[in-house]
Amino acid sequence: MADLIELSEKLSAIRQEIKNEIAGIENSKAVYEYRKSIMDSKTGKIGSLMREMGKIPNEMKAEYGKKVNEIKVWAQEQFDELDTKLKEAEMRLRYETEKIDITLPAKMRPKGNLHPNTQVRNQIVDIFGSMGFQIYEGNEIETDYYNFTALNTPDDHPARDMQDTFYLSPEFLLRTQTSAGQIHVMEAQKPPIKIISPGKVFRSDDDATHSPMFSQMEGLVVDKGITLCDLQGMLNVFVQKIFGEDTRTRLRPSYFPFTEPSVEVDVSCFQCHGAGCKLCKGTGWIEVLGAGVVNKKVLEGCGIDSNEYSGIAFGIGIERIAMLKYGINNIKLLFESDLRVLDQIDD
Amino acid sequence: MLVPLSWLKEYVDINVDVETLEEKLFSCGFEVEEKYEVGRDISKVVVGLVKTCEDIPDTHLHLCTVDAGENGVLQICCGADNVKAGGKYPLALVGATVYATAKDHKTVEGVMTINAGKLRGYDSFGMLCSGTELGVSEDLFPGGGYNGLLVLPEDSVVGADVKPILGLDDWIFDIAITANRPDCQSIFGIAREVAAVLELPIKEPALDYHPTDKTIDFNVTVDAKDLCPRYSAHYVYDVKIEESPAWMRRRLALVGCSAISNMVDITNYVLKEIGQPMHAFDFNYLEGNAINVRRAADGEKITTLDEKEFELTSNNLVICDGKKPVALAGIMGGLNSEILDSTEAVMFESAKFARDNIRKSSRALGQVSDASARYAKGVDEYSTDMAMKRALHLVEELNCGKVSSTHFDVNTGNSVEPSTLTVSVNQVNGVLGIKVPDEDIVRILTNLSFAPKLSGDELTLSIPAYRVDMETYQDVAEEVIRMYGYEHIVPTFIPTAQVTNGGYNLRQKTELKIKRALCAAGAFEGVHYSFFSPADLDLINLAADAPERHAIKIINPINNDLSLMRTTLVPQMIAAIARNQKKGTLEGRIFELGNKFIAKDLPLTEYPDERETICIGAFGESEDFFTVKGLVNAIADALDVEFEYEASTKPFLHPYRTAKISCNGEEIGFLGQLTYEIQDEMDMRVPGYVAEIDLRVLSQYYGKDRKFIPLPKFLEEKRDFCFVMDKDITCAQVEKAIKDACEYITSIELFDIFEGLQLGLSKKSMAFSVVFTPKDEEFTAEVIDGFVSNILDSLSSKLGITLRA
Repeated sequence: MADLIELSEKLSAIRQEIKNEIAGIENSKAVYEYRKSIMDSKTGKIGSLMREMGKIPNEMKAEYGKKVNEIKVWAQEQFDELDTKLKEAEMRLRYETEKIDITLPAKMRPKGNLHPNTQVRNQIVDIFGSMGFQIYEGNEIETDYYNFTALNTPDDHPARDMQDTFYLSPEFLLRTQTSAGQIHVMEAQKPPIKIISPGKVFRSDDDATHSPMFSQMEGLVVDKGITLCDLQGMLNVFVQKIFGEDTRTRLRPSYFPFTEPSVEVDVSCFQCHGAGCKLCKGTGWIEVLGAGVVNKKVLEGCGIDSNEYSGIAFGIGIERIAMLKYGINNIKLLFESDLRVLDQIDD
Repeated sequence: MLVPLSWLKEYVDINVDVETLEEKLFSCGFEVEEKYEVGRDISKVVVGLVKTCEDIPDTHLHLCTVDAGENGVLQICCGADNVKAGGKYPLALVGATVYATAKDHKTVEGVMTINAGKLRGYDSFGMLCSGTELGVSEDLFPGGGYNGLLVLPEDSVVGADVKPILGLDDWIFDIAITANRPDCQSIFGIAREVAAVLELPIKEPALDYHPTDKTIDFNVTVDAKDLCPRYSAHYVYDVKIEESPAWMRRRLALVGCSAISNMVDITNYVLKEIGQPMHAFDFNYLEGNAINVRRAADGEKITTLDEKEFELTSNNLVICDGKKPVALAGIMGGLNSEILDSTEAVMFESAKFARDNIRKSSRALGQVSDASARYAKGVDEYSTDMAMKRALHLVEELNCGKVSSTHFDVNTGNSVEPSTLTVSVNQVNGVLGIKVPDEDIVRILTNLSFAPKLSGDELTLSIPAYRVDMETYQDVAEEVIRMYGYEHIVPTFIPTAQVTNGGYNLRQKTELKIKRALCAAGAFEGVHYSFFSPADLDLINLAADAPERHAIKIINPINNDLSLMRTTLVPQMIAAIARNQKKGTLEGRIFELGNKFIAKDLPLTEYPDERETICIGAFGESEDFFTVKGLVNAIADALDVEFEYEASTKPFLHPYRTAKISCNGEEIGFLGQLTYEIQDEMDMRVPGYVAEIDLRVLSQYYGKDRKFIPLPKFLEEKRDFCFVMDKDITCAQVEKAIKDACEYITSIELFDIFEGLQLGLSKKSMAFSVVFTPKDEEFTAEVIDGFVSNILDSLSSKLGITLRA
């Protein structure tokens, strides 16, 4: 029994030592180290006790084992409790030290934008493409014939004054309108024709509101029984997709040599919805495009029978739409590649 | 075009207010760009009767009591020299607005509000006004130009608003006229439209005149019939040059035309009223009893009324007497036959000249007049005739001369009578897509003076000679719908059209894909003009015989800086880079996809080649040759092709940082850093890089089929190597030597490069990761060792490269 008494004293001493020791432990790593020094089955103060079982007389083995186990369970509890407590504190501290100013600027992989013209052009192409329109891009350099004569604008026509033309030779010029593409298409293709023709056009105008180069999108439908009603119906779909579902159109008489009747198409102001504002100059309407029923002379000039077929055409200024849509106030900004401008428009 | 409401009312009894009139005009195709009341700045000015008027001692002032009717009797101080008791003058009440004038009492300096005040200690409760203070010139109202008070007619009602008396309640409409309606370039032309849209009768201006028996020996001939389809002339004698009557001067003033003398004013009045330019020659200065209309001789000279001398060519049309040019046809009369106070007889001219000739002459000579602007839009035979009659009528009405029986009308046979147009009503409605009721069609066309006759589907119209635009059923459809109202159009969605395939074609899709790839790589799309400056070619140091200098010239550029069709996109990209830096953006990537223009011959005889080209520009401290090379590679990736790079040179690029870019051995463009000389010249603070790639060549790879490559069945093996080599050996050389050594290599990647003293001055090291991909069976360690040894042998024998110790 002397051995058991000795054992009890020994265990008490260990217990006391553990109590003293863990009171001074401040982090979970120290807990781990200390736990190991106590519990390791080979070197630990408690762990190694079981290895001494062999030296214990048989009749005492049961009691010995019980006591050692008791202290083992007790010690584990002490360590677990302390470990949990310290780990919680440590985690809290870690989070606190990782505190950030969440208002600092975001980190992003820089990305560029398509030009506002391209963005508008893509939107228009998407709309008309889904209606079955093909996209035809003509030449920037055209002949007088395709740009004017074939569009019912002979040499002495006053409409030539409507557009100041850049000439490259007596025959060749910089196209003043994408309408020039109409003729190429109608010469090459038989009805039904549904095309839109985006591209750069040029006029000898250079001031605050005019740029000598700008972009247009021409649209042309030639088929049987096409009427002015179809023109408005088609343009309604277009403006509603571009400017919003509640946008309305208004046709009013105008003049282009290659359409008859010719109309200006106004849309209800998408800013004030018709109440009148600065954008629409108080009228509730904004002029966005010119259109009309294709002049039969133009059809016939392209070898299309005007008794069988009729057509409608329209022309949109891409920059005008871009400026209206994005509120850009100066057309020149679109041709300067100023990154401060281009960075802003990502539709 | 300026149209006074009062003048319109001469021809139509307008029964609607100005807002309604504006709307009606707008709806039928005449946009009123601006409308304003003549006296828009004048308010609270009434008729004042001066009851008493006493001089204020030692001043030029008068102390008056003025009866202002229901506004009471007011004490007014007045400095005008013509104020007197019993006179009626405009009285600006306290709170009135009138024009403030400078010390000269003539120059208007803005609008002022009248306050009660004291002059020299005398209270004054308003102001008696001059014409200038009310914006009334002598032409607008007799006495308006006097530098003192405007004297009102004796029958003016005391206390009444002066605006109706002075015509300040009149309205001016500024109307936009489309190019197809030259007949509406006149007050009467607009009146016809107003009458039609308001469905009111039109009153024609009086055209009657009573020629005397007098005739003279004179001859009018037209040599240049192509440029002058009609020339009429009439001799007027016993002319008395005087001031025109007030009504005529007022009307001319309202449309911005100053009165000169009765004969000149008549021609101007007819131009405004009927839209036909006229001219009056002083008959005494016409030599040789003849007028001939011909092309000018080259080098022939004329001095016009405004004392400018012009040297002419055979492209210019002149009116000559028997000896010399006396007018620049359709543009301006000659100084040598100008109407003077001494003029005793005139020859009136009313002619039709070819519109494009007048337009081109006017532009070439830089000489523009109301007449030339009018001719450029086109006049018709009808108004030529009508205007002459009207002018002769006015001579009689103004009693300023006698109309002789000497009349000439030289013409090419075009009728001034109406022509007939027959169309199908179904066709008209077919254009519109709605069925306009027959009675509405007939009513509208009647209002427009087309005297329609409807028989079944057949509609026959009588087209007045001034409606040269009316040719087909489409024109009739437009006339009907603009009066019937576009609001009747019922939107439909091309129900009859056949189904077609739409959307971008392959080229367009691929170009967009390339653009998007560049955007994803951080570049912004820019758009630059298709033309540039000759200086741009110098900026990039192109040799005198460089193909880029073979650029197409614009004959009539806005200025020299925009005078050549671009043959490269680089100069404008350089300018864009420099511009951004100037504005404080010191880092960025830009690309442009546009055409360059390659002429097959100059001047052009056939369509030039418009080559789709992409230009990339990048600048900033974080950019270098290789980041920009990465941008170029983004294009290759988008097309699923590989680009090859070879050291090269360009006159505008860094001699050792320039590459030629090829694809499958075919050159497609270049890439490099801008020279420091250009960087300095353009004031660029950070280096710039450009690349230009010909998309036309690349277009053969558009739409390349993408095929899935099955994943490798066996594990790939990767080995890293670090080699030491001479500095001059390029990465491409090493890669090629590695690749050539083993067919199983699927990837070679440089991951480190190092130069240092320990390697020796002429050496560098490069480290590569090489991936071997097995095909049929897994590689054993021995097989890989064999590959490695082959690679080392290849490098050693070809390039003298060793493994780094």
